[in-house]
Amino acid sequence: MELIDNLALGFAIALSPYTLMLAVIGCFLGTMIGALPGLGPANGVAILIPITFSLGLDATAALVLLTSVYYGAMYGGRISSILLNIPGDEPAMMTTLDGYPMAKSGRAGDALVISGFASFVGTFFATVALALVAPLLARIAYLFGPAEYFALYLLAFATLGGLASKNQAKAAFASMTGLGIAMIGLDNATGLPRFTGGNLHLFDGIDFLVAIVGLFALSEVFLFIESGGRNTAIGIKLGKITIPWRDIVATRWTLLRSSVVGFVAGVLPGAGASLGSFLTYMMEKSIAGKKGAFGSGVAKGVAAPEAGNNSAAGGALVPMLTLGVPGSGTTAVLLALLMTLNITPGPTLFADRPEVVWGLIASLMIANFVLLAMNVPMVRIFVRVLSVPPAVLLPGVTMVSFVGIYSLSGSYFDLVLMIAFGIMGYVFRKLSIPTVPVILGILLGNQMEDNLRRAMILSDGDWTFLFSTPIAVGLWIFAVAGFTAPFFLRRLIRTPKGIS
Amino acid sequence: MSNFPVSNFRKVLIAPLFTIIAAGFSVSAPAAECIAPANPGGGWDFTCRQIGKILHDIGQVDDPVQVTNMAGGGGGLAFSHVVNERKDDSDLIVAASQATATRLAQNAYAGMTADQVRFVGAIGADPGVIIVAKDSPFQSLNDMVAAIESDPGSVAFAGGSAAGGFDHLKVLMILKEAGFTDIGKIKYIGVDGGGDAITQTIGGFTQAMTGDISEAVGFLKSGEVRALAVLTEERIEGFEDIPTAREQGIDVVAVNWRGLYVPKGISDADFEAWGRRLQAVADSMAWKEAMKANGLAPFTKVGSDFQTWVDGVIADTEALSREIGVIQ
Repeated sequence: MELIDNLALGFAIALSPYTLMLAVIGCFLGTMIGALPGLGPANGVAILIPITFSLGLDATAALVLLTSVYYGAMYGGRISSILLNIPGDEPAMMTTLDGYPMAKSGRAGDALVISGFASFVGTFFATVALALVAPLLARIAYLFGPAEYFALYLLAFATLGGLASKNQAKAAFASMTGLGIAMIGLDNATGLPRFTGGNLHLFDGIDFLVAIVGLFALSEVFLFIESGGRNTAIGIKLGKITIPWRDIVATRWTLLRSSVVGFVAGVLPGAGASLGSFLTYMMEKSIAGKKGAFGSGVAKGVAAPEAGNNSAAGGALVPMLTLGVPGSGTTAVLLALLMTLNITPGPTLFADRPEVVWGLIASLMIANFVLLAMNVPMVRIFVRVLSVPPAVLLPGVTMVSFVGIYSLSGSYFDLVLMIAFGIMGYVFRKLSIPTVPVILGILLGNQMEDNLRRAMILSDGDWTFLFSTPIAVGLWIFAVAGFTAPFFLRRLIRTPKGIS
Repeated sequence: MSNFPVSNFRKVLIAPLFTIIAAGFSVSAPAAECIAPANPGGGWDFTCRQIGKILHDIGQVDDPVQVTNMAGGGGGLAFSHVVNERKDDSDLIVAASQATATRLAQNAYAGMTADQVRFVGAIGADPGVIIVAKDSPFQSLNDMVAAIESDPGSVAFAGGSAAGGFDHLKVLMILKEAGFTDIGKIKYIGVDGGGDAITQTIGGFTQAMTGDISEAVGFLKSGEVRALAVLTEERIEGFEDIPTAREQGIDVVAVNWRGLYVPKGISDADFEAWGRRLQAVADSMAWKEAMKANGLAPFTKVGSDFQTWVDGVIADTEALSREIGVIQ
């Protein structure tokens, strides 16, 4: 069979004691980078590119190292989400919603093992799908124009209402705030700056990493300071560390569904891992219904977003390899690496350079197994974080946040902005306004607006263009259903207690 | 950012942070620094890393060139940093391209102007190209112009730059040169990079893509798209079957050149030394290979000629931008 031959070729290239060692190093570094607030896969890969050159690594070795870092960071993002309620990177944001409540109730170990396994399943699925159908799947990108993308982002926003079960108005306020922030910067459709006050630092808009670290990490520090060091959610019970087989088995369908949806979200350029984890979480939440108790710390609530975002990370390699279109910051950096190695991704890559493609797929497989082997036993080490007194831990988190954000652009303006977001996060948390919709607004708002504007330019302002293809109409139906379902569900099932 | 009352705070805070980050790379203090005004992975980053590497390999500088990424404001932050804080640093070079010139022309760097730095030279260029899907009815640039003349709304372009950026301007220059003056009617959407623009064109959402040829190499090889024209003086090596716009009677040359600028305040001797070093890079085999691998065409202009040329490009871009209303 051709596939087997190809895989054999790939493993022959990528599997040697030397590359295995690189994979282990890459996975470890990646996990750490992913776990640190503010540093995500894109930073990890970008930081390591010059190192691969100065070490004189050949193309295969460089790819093994960097893809290990990429996948490692995708795994690692969940750790601080679960243990500290601070997402290590933006796709891990949804994991805070159930991961942190689980840790609070003494099930930190379970949450880490379940999410680690979910990451493995998502990555495994994506890598197999990449190997099997990448050239075919690449054609999906040709079916998505401005109208379809707009409907896709609309779908994400339409389901936001279901996210905050307590107060819809507050969730709406938070997502509007995020959308407003997303308007800052150069307007793509006219080339003119908006809301920048002439400040060059704001021309490229606000980096969502700055917003995430401010809203999640710094606001936690402020709450801690306010309470005089007593009232902190951190410093919770460790709990016993066993492998929760029962939970893992119970999440099998969640893992499968989330892997599929995450992968498709990853394949679409511009959607990516954040949308993948968001859509999978919301999908599983609605499937589970009120009885699912999502948000209170359930296994499916950590399994869904982790399977989704890791699968999306693999999916994002499809347009990068087959079209040369990077779907995310990390794949943009990987694309640059390939170009520097004299490899031009594009429709002919699979035919022209099979050794590169299959070597890459094999190294992704290796990285995934190394990560599974590394992450489950390492849970014991990770949860040690919880035994660090908050008075030591939080200043450390603060320091890492500042270093991480400074390393993005080398500009102290971002640090000031991060502090401003920290204050905003503190105020929001005091008023019980959820902060996750703010980030989603920033993350998806730009894309949604750009695609709407593009659609209007192409159609001379004809709104019916937005419903002009079956894909767009289908996404609109899902969006309307997603938006209205919570209202009907609430009437049908009046749960007396338990959620909130 | 002198209007922030944090300068002391900043020194106290930034100095150790910078040390930590620098220590992470464990590079000894280098003689020369190249600022890439963007994140790793883009054209400016490539310019710094390749030129920096070759400068060291061919012995033009003693120590490896340190590359600093300073993203923000479409290159404006780095420009401001050089103008305000590094104005007489003779060990500093900064990556520049046509995008730098376009933004200076459109006053997108918060009032800073091209004469606040010195342009050393360009040593390679990514030729502009107009791409259509393989089943497009247009066989030549003139077919496309004719279609636009009869119905301006019937042809929409996708490009990797925002409206008013270089990819957009290429289309407008072609149509103006072809005698179509109502350029406000031309449909253009800016997407996230040239690859995305090609995807939209293959998908039929737009009728043509405007960009750099390096963005289209893979798709041209696979036959999914055709190039109607390259915007160079001569046909390019490796793509001899693509006619130039000039051959088709439309005299437009638009290339995304890659080069360097240095601070204004350095001595003439230092400025000329950078010119010589850049010329040495341009003449090296390593650079020729790097250009080939990345779809760049030869384009060497070093020294005072280059400054004059950049000034001309900026003046033309300004006039065109004013005409289409990107600047008032």
